[in-house]
Amino acid sequence: METLSFILHNLPAIGERTLEHLSIVSVAVGVAIVTGVPLGIAITQSRRVADTVLYLGSILMTIPSIALFGVLIPILSKIGHGIGWLPAVIAAMVYAQLPIIRNTYTAIRNVDPALRSAAIGMGMSVPQRLARVEIPIALPVIIAGIRVAVVINIGVTAIAAYIGAGGLGTFISRGISQTDIRQLLTGALTLGLLAIACDYSLLWLQRRLTPKGVRPRAP
Amino acid sequence: MIRLEALTKVYETAQGPHTAVDHVSFEVADGETCVLLGPSGCGKTTTLRMINRLVAPTSGKIVIGGRDTDSVDPVELRRTIGYVIQQIGLFPNMTVGENIGVVPRLLGWDVARRRRRAEELLAMLALEPANFLDRYPNELSGGQAQRIGVARALAADPPVLLMDEPFGALDPVNREVIQTEFLRMQRTLRKTVLFVSHDIDEAVKMADRIAIFRAGRLVQFAAPDTMLAHPADDFVASFVGSDRTLKRLRLIRVLEVMVAGAVDRVAANGPAVKPDEDLRRVATLFLEHGVGELACVSDDGRVVGHVTREAVAARLAQDGAGDRG
Repeated sequence: METLSFILHNLPAIGERTLEHLSIVSVAVGVAIVTGVPLGIAITQSRRVADTVLYLGSILMTIPSIALFGVLIPILSKIGHGIGWLPAVIAAMVYAQLPIIRNTYTAIRNVDPALRSAAIGMGMSVPQRLARVEIPIALPVIIAGIRVAVVINIGVTAIAAYIGAGGLGTFISRGISQTDIRQLLTGALTLGLLAIACDYSLLWLQRRLTPKGVRPRAP
Repeated sequence: MIRLEALTKVYETAQGPHTAVDHVSFEVADGETCVLLGPSGCGKTTTLRMINRLVAPTSGKIVIGGRDTDSVDPVELRRTIGYVIQQIGLFPNMTVGENIGVVPRLLGWDVARRRRRAEELLAMLALEPANFLDRYPNELSGGQAQRIGVARALAADPPVLLMDEPFGALDPVNREVIQTEFLRMQRTLRKTVLFVSHDIDEAVKMADRIAIFRAGRLVQFAAPDTMLAHPADDFVASFVGSDRTLKRLRLIRVLEVMVAGAVDRVAANGPAVKPDEDLRRVATLFLEHGVGELACVSDDGRVVGHVTREAVAARLAQDGAGDRG
C-alpha cells in the first residue's frame, strides 16, 4: 500500500532516524547502568535507605515525559542545549534509573541467605562475595531490568521528537501535523519493531550471561 | 586445640537484654571431635558462630592453636577454619571443582594446584573426579552435595572444622552413611572438629566429647559414655533419653568385656560374636536365644573367648571412661 511504498522510498531517512533514536537510548541506558547498578548494590546494605531510594525512584517514574521535557528546556537552554539531543538523553536516563536500581537491589537481596552465610563463613571479603557469588547469580535479573529500561526509553525518545531530538518519533509528529497517514504508520511500525528487536536481543544476552549452574535444568 | 574462656553473647532485644551464650568455657584437644548438643535456642549454634566470628562475642576469649582469635582479622581467620552448614550452600554459579577451590583461590593457590586438590578430595569421598569436577550443584543428589560441602571445607587443609548440623538436610539412611564416612575420614585426617547437633544419637556416634547446652549455659562436658552413664542433672538425663544404657552398648566393643580362652559350657557352634563388634549385638543375641553367655570367634572361626551377662553388667557399672577406639 501507500505506506509500504513510502517506507521503501525513504529507507535512508528511516535509517538515519533509527540511528538517532538508538544513540539517545544507548547513551541514556549506558549512563543509567553505570549509576544504577552500583546504587542498587549499595542500598542492599540498609533496608531503610533502600526503601527511600526506591520510593523516590517510583515517584520520578510517574512524571509524564512531556512534563519532564518542559522542566528541562528552560534549565538546559542556559547552556544552549534547551532542545535536542541532551534533554532527550537526560530525560531517558531518569526513566531508566528505577527499573535498573530496583532489579539490581531485588536480585541481590533474593540470593539465598545460605549462600551469603557460606561465602562469609569461608572468608570472602565483601567485594569478593559480590563479584564471585552474588552478582553472577543476580545478573539475569539485572539484565531483565535493563531490558525494561530500554523499552521504556524507546517510548520516551519517541516523544522527544517534539523537542527536536530527532529519532523515529519525527515520523509520528510530522504525520500528525501534516495529516500524513503514511508517515504516522511508518513511525509507529518502526518504533514497534525497534522495541521488539531490542527486547529480544537483550533477552538473548540475558540467557547467554546466566551462569550455567543457575539456568533452569532441562527436565 | 580450641579453648573457650567465659564466652558470652548478649543480644539487645525489644524486651530487654537476652543472654544467648552465658560464660561458656571448655577445651577441645587437637584431633578431637566435640559435639555441641542441646535443644533449639540453647546457644550451641551461636557459640559455634562466635568461633569464626560470624557473630561477635560480647565478652570472653577464644583461643585457637594458642592464638587469641581477637588478634586476627576475621576474614583471615575464616580462611583457616573449615565451615559446613546445614543448607550446604554450594554456589550454583560454580562447578563442583570451582566450589571446592573457593578457599584455596582466596589463599592464592594456582589453578593446577586447586584442581589437583579437588580431585584428591573427590577421590577421598568416593566420587569419581572425572565425573564430578565439572558438574554443577543443580546436577547433584542431596548426599553428593553434602559430601562436596565437606570437601569444600577441607580444601585448604584447615586444622579446625566447624560444622553446623551438617547432615540435617539428609534423609536418615544417607545421614548414617555420611556420618560413618566422616568418622572414617577423621581417623586419617585428625581435624579438630566442633559439630553442632540436636540429635543425641548423632552426638553419641560422632563425638569424642559432648558439650550439652541449655538456655545458653554449658551443663555438662564429657565423653559420650560418661554422659550416658552419669548425666549431670535431670535435664541431661531426659535429653539423652531413658534408654541411655542401651545407647551405651554401641560404644563398647566385645573385646573390652571378653574373657579370653574357650570355655566348655559355651557351645562353640552356637550364637557367637566377633571381638570388634559392639555390645548391641551381644544384647540382641542374649535376648533372641535366651542365653547369658556367648562365644567370641575370630574371623577365621576360632573361638578366642567368651562374653557373659555379668561381665557386661560390670563394664556398664564402671565410670564410663571407656574409649570408642
